[in-house]
Amino acid sequence: MKEYAYFLGCITPNRYPGIEAATIKVLNKFGIETRDIEGASCCPAPGVFGSFDLRTWLLIAARNVMLAEKKGLDIVTTCNGCYGSLQEADHILKERPELKDWVNENFKEEGLEYKGNIKVKHILEVLYDDIGINKLKEAVVSPINAKIGAHYGCHFLKPSLVRGHGNPERPTILDELIEATGAESVDYKDKLMCCGAGGGLRAKELGYSLTFTKQKLANMKEKGIEGVIDTCAFCHLQMDRGQIEIKEKFGEEYNLPVLFITQLIGLSLGFSTKELGLDKHSIPMTEKFIR
Amino acid sequence: MSLKDEIEECGEILGKDTVDSFLVCMQCGKCTGSCPSGRITSYRTRRIINRLQAGDRSVLSDPDLWMCTTCYTCYERCPREVRITDIIRAVRNIAAREGYMSEPHRATASFVIKTGHGVPINDETKKLRKELGLPEVPPTTHKYPEALESIRKIVKKTNFDKMVGFDWDTMSLEKREKK
Repeated sequence: MKEYAYFLGCITPNRYPGIEAATIKVLNKFGIETRDIEGASCCPAPGVFGSFDLRTWLLIAARNVMLAEKKGLDIVTTCNGCYGSLQEADHILKERPELKDWVNENFKEEGLEYKGNIKVKHILEVLYDDIGINKLKEAVVSPINAKIGAHYGCHFLKPSLVRGHGNPERPTILDELIEATGAESVDYKDKLMCCGAGGGLRAKELGYSLTFTKQKLANMKEKGIEGVIDTCAFCHLQMDRGQIEIKEKFGEEYNLPVLFITQLIGLSLGFSTKELGLDKHSIPMTEKFIR
Repeated sequence: MSLKDEIEECGEILGKDTVDSFLVCMQCGKCTGSCPSGRITSYRTRRIINRLQAGDRSVLSDPDLWMCTTCYTCYERCPREVRITDIIRAVRNIAAREGYMSEPHRATASFVIKTGHGVPINDETKKLRKELGLPEVPPTTHKYPEALESIRKIVKKTNFDKMVGFDWDTMSLEKREKK
């Protein structure tokens, strides 16, 4: 039986716990268990905290990695930001012995030591590599019949030099996972564009930040897309709650349901809309996503 | 200290060669052409790099510096392998040190100092967590006070608390004049 330390971060447990519930349910269904990382904190966000003070960013991120190391478990994340910070910090500490020593010096009195013996994974990798497309397809009991816009976000794929998931201009992993549920992943203009939330833009410049989102939603609508599937809790908040903010700020309505990838897979496995927290989203689910 | 030295110092965590790479920029403009923020704001990636090359410190107080969402598109496409997004983060570190941190960003930082989370929990989510069969309070710094203490120790050690202007007596941000 495979086990992962589930790094929750902030937005998953504190705004969209449906993502947390769906992820645990889906992984359990395939015999994968998740364990708590007691006392974990904000990752902290790579584009925001990394922009304020990289040393503080590295120490806090390293602490989160060390807590999972102590359990001897690889980490799974459900947010590109969390994945971005923890995977990058882990990468830096594996490459730079002097920084590893500096981190360990700082946590000596707390009894924490960075060893570099676990992996930081994104939920997409666990779904694709540990479970696999074939097993996911075989387990579908309630196929999704909808046109989907895949939103990859940024920090799962980039910087490719650090992430190591291949060419970030032509990924297929999310499209393949979407299509395993029976849905159709439809190509749309600027598919790989950022949602607009990262780097502190959402906090500082909400109008500009939502303009990114608005462009993406309009591009999806133009192709007849009926739902957005994302891989990041922060993108998720921006695309879902962002539609309410777009309506208030710009008077434009898109009404596109937004689902996290494990919520979509959860529906295909027979879990109900309510069990996956989808009934509590800002944008109501349409009948295609109601079970 | 020259701007280049400061970028190296602030970006040390990312590697000197990484943040130094702005020196080899040939000003082709592929970064600006790739930038989703540049489509809708006055942020021009190529210009920022150009000003860094010239040692122009006005970049530090330019609000455009904060228009990048760190999407890494420019970084991936740069034909000279200039690690643009990392450079932007390092330069923002200098700007933050010099007091050019916006109020919303100071607030985000203060949430982490106060709760361990950039986005802390609220009552509505607690209720929803319960409905979903999850523990009402997640097993994070929200549940473990000693873990929060550990985060606070870090921000004190790095003087992050002072940089942000966090007042431990009132557990809130000091008032700051807009710079």
